[in-house]
Amino acid sequence: MALENTHITASAVAAIEYPDLVREYRVTGVPKTVVNERVEILGAEPEASFVAHVLEALA
Amino acid sequence: MVPAPRSPVDLQATLAAITAPVKLVFFTQTFGCDSCLAARQIVDHIASLSDQITVEEFNLVLDKDQVDRYGVQRAPAIAVVGDIDAGIRFYGAPEGHELVSLVEAITLVASGDSGLSEESRVLIAAVDQPIDIQVFATPT
Repeated sequence: MALENTHITASAVAAIEYPDLVREYRVTGVPKTVVNERVEILGAEPEASFVAHVLEALA
Repeated sequence: MVPAPRSPVDLQATLAAITAPVKLVFFTQTFGCDSCLAARQIVDHIASLSDQITVEEFNLVLDKDQVDRYGVQRAPAIAVVGDIDAGIRFYGAPEGHELVSLVEAITLVASGDSGLSEESRVLIAAVDQPIDIQVFATPT
């Protein structure tokens, strides 16, 4: 998604190395995706559903 | 989508097939970074598998200009940069699944093609405000 639009940035975070972030974002399982610190996506999702969830951050 | 490499041989073949330059901008920290050395070794290994991949290293504390330019907050961090910087970052030593994801990110950045469906591309093209996606993962 970051490749498709310059407004979008994407980070992969190694959860084990950042316990402070894990606490901050209440990561209890992986993968967990956090969009704009607001929308949370648990687990892996098919592309269409993932994109729709990410865009909820702007709603 | 680009097939994800699953073994060391695949890793090698996948990276050897890259046809456009990709820069891995690596941020390290002198103190309090247990995984910085491991991360740097992984980055060097990846770069050794393709002539198209180059590595730049900066210090999170000392190189403030580069820290601001790439917007990284922690070390180890890797920015995957092609023609343009699309804002793709990896935090922590990329091992296991994370290594697979990093290699996939490198191939996507090199190709400039996200591999997403036309429907997704149309939706994403309409985004006109910042979206920051953080994916938390573990090596296994």
